[in-house]
Amino acid sequence: MLEAIILGAVSYGACLIFAAEGELIAERSGIVNLGTEGSILCGALLSFMVTVWTGSPYIGAIFGLVGGALPALLHAFMVVGRKADQLASGLAITFLGLGVTAALGKSFVDDKINGMDAIGIPLLKDIPLIGSAFFDQDILTYLALLVGPALWWFFKRTRAGLILRATGESGDVVYAYGHSPRKVRYLAVTAGGALAGLGGAQLVLATTLNWTENITQGRGFVAVALVIFASWLPLRAAGGALLFGAAFALNLVLQTEGVGIPSFYLLMLPYVLTLIVLAVTSKGQKQMMPAGLKAVFAPGGT
Amino acid sequence: MLKRSSKWLAFVALAMLSAFGVTACGSDTATSTSGDAEGQTVGFLYVGPKNDFGYNQAAYEGSLEVEKNVPGTKLIQAENVPETSEASRVMEKMIKDGATTIFATSYGHLQPMLAVAKKHPEVTFEHQGGVKSGANVGTYFGQIYEAQYLTGMAAGLSTKSNKLGYVVAVPIPQTLLNINAFELGAQSVNPKAKTTVVFTGSWCDPAKQKEAADTLIQGGADVLSQHQDCTKTIVETTEKAGAMSVGYHADASSLAPNGWLTGSVWNWGPLYTDIVKTIGEGKWKGSKYDADYRVGFADSDVIELAPFGSAVTPEVEKQVLAKQEEMKAKDFYPFEGPVVDQAGKTQIPKGENPTPAELETTDYLVQGVVGKIPTGK
Repeated sequence: MLEAIILGAVSYGACLIFAAEGELIAERSGIVNLGTEGSILCGALLSFMVTVWTGSPYIGAIFGLVGGALPALLHAFMVVGRKADQLASGLAITFLGLGVTAALGKSFVDDKINGMDAIGIPLLKDIPLIGSAFFDQDILTYLALLVGPALWWFFKRTRAGLILRATGESGDVVYAYGHSPRKVRYLAVTAGGALAGLGGAQLVLATTLNWTENITQGRGFVAVALVIFASWLPLRAAGGALLFGAAFALNLVLQTEGVGIPSFYLLMLPYVLTLIVLAVTSKGQKQMMPAGLKAVFAPGGT
Repeated sequence: MLKRSSKWLAFVALAMLSAFGVTACGSDTATSTSGDAEGQTVGFLYVGPKNDFGYNQAAYEGSLEVEKNVPGTKLIQAENVPETSEASRVMEKMIKDGATTIFATSYGHLQPMLAVAKKHPEVTFEHQGGVKSGANVGTYFGQIYEAQYLTGMAAGLSTKSNKLGYVVAVPIPQTLLNINAFELGAQSVNPKAKTTVVFTGSWCDPAKQKEAADTLIQGGADVLSQHQDCTKTIVETTEKAGAMSVGYHADASSLAPNGWLTGSVWNWGPLYTDIVKTIGEGKWKGSKYDADYRVGFADSDVIELAPFGSAVTPEVEKQVLAKQEEMKAKDFYPFEGPVVDQAGKTQIPKGENPTPAELETTDYLVQGVVGKIPTGK
């Protein structure tokens, strides 16, 4: 039972990790991207299309990055280039993504692909409980597990990461140091979208192996919420995504065990549990919300 | 600067509108004609895409048969019609374009249909699965649970672990009936067979379906059935795991060359055709279609069994088909009492045979089903 929950945490949480970390990069640069849902959708569809055409899910995954980056680039152009309202633009991108993928994806609903196979790591994959979850996965799911730590290292240890964080705190200071905050934000939002697109690729190439309209079912918005509740910390966001997956898996396991809890309550479990845990763990900790975001969340700010 | 940004906001608003246009409100309508335009114009509404390997595809394929079999029929097709007042607008448009008969194929299209039906007494409306509630509104549905009983038999005879899995969207009478019929069919041939139910809370979330199927299989289930709108993911996941599949809505045997048993399939064509013909001859008023028309194996071929797969032995096939013949001959009814629910309470007394209307109020799971529904009981 525990093994099933850990496995579910990783395989169900992988898409969410990509999306949440992508959102986190954008927000750390001072831009909220509610278009993440649209990026996942576009990444999912493009990676699926390319996999159908080429037969290779690995080439498909690369195009997942592209598919996710394009809507994000449009968002960056709107809010950085044209100073449009961040929330409105993001929502528009999401609905645009939903519409475009529904229309373009129509003829792909029937298609079958050979998805990514699990590549087991010898010895490690036989570890009881965690072996199948962490060491017997496909490439994209392994990558998802690495994104959080990699981003933590990037923010903490690299100069580029420092500049990105500084941009989110105060564009003026970064400008005074001779960097272009516009450029940083463009890059951050686009890279974040690309990661979300990879999450979409994980969804269709490693999980469902087929495409259907609105396949994301709101995962992009869960990702946005995870970032906020993880107070903009990459490791905590990854943990939150895994927890969300674990709670969903727990819900399924409890249902199959015939536990006498109505399924409606069990279906709420991922949301409730994740909220509680993140709220408890972030209590008393320093809020890491980038100063630049205050302008978005508090109208009248600059 | 301000002016500029408001201009862009307008663009954003436009982009949003156009996005909605493609998905929600657009409800892509297509018209086609065969032969002379002498015959009727018939409108069809679907809640999802016409190629979903499921409910909507089955209805769509049925509509094409009307066009083929009733000369001069002109079809107006509308996919992805939401179950809101948008459906009313789509129907109004169809009527404007000359439709004299309208089929709404999704449960939630009933309310919008009633509103339009009141305004257009000259148009005939047929609703799939609803309850008759207007002079010019009829309803029809197939007793698909009869087929589910047979697929349950196939599952019960084929399982090695005696554990069957069922992935369901939400608990409504229709889904509960199907689960119950499946389990009753399974235990009729294999008293040890138990069906574990998992609700995903969504009609089509493939990633959730995948996790649900995996969880059931890890829990020991070796045959999976389902009640979802899109059905591919569960069949493919089951096949990959080396377990057996029972399909729903449409024949998905091509997705499971090794593990396919059989499935419950809609065959709407003949019924749609007959309804349209009846209307065309001016005989609809007072006919069986001007009511709540319900049929099973006995009186029609609206419901069918999908072709048997290679995982089914000839012996199993024979036994299942024999039971189907009994249903056709009205010698056997899946829900003939006694039917006992999970709590041990007798829901249908011995020898009693509930009417379709009574069955459509089912709010319990039968003994042998593992899983819980929120009935408050």
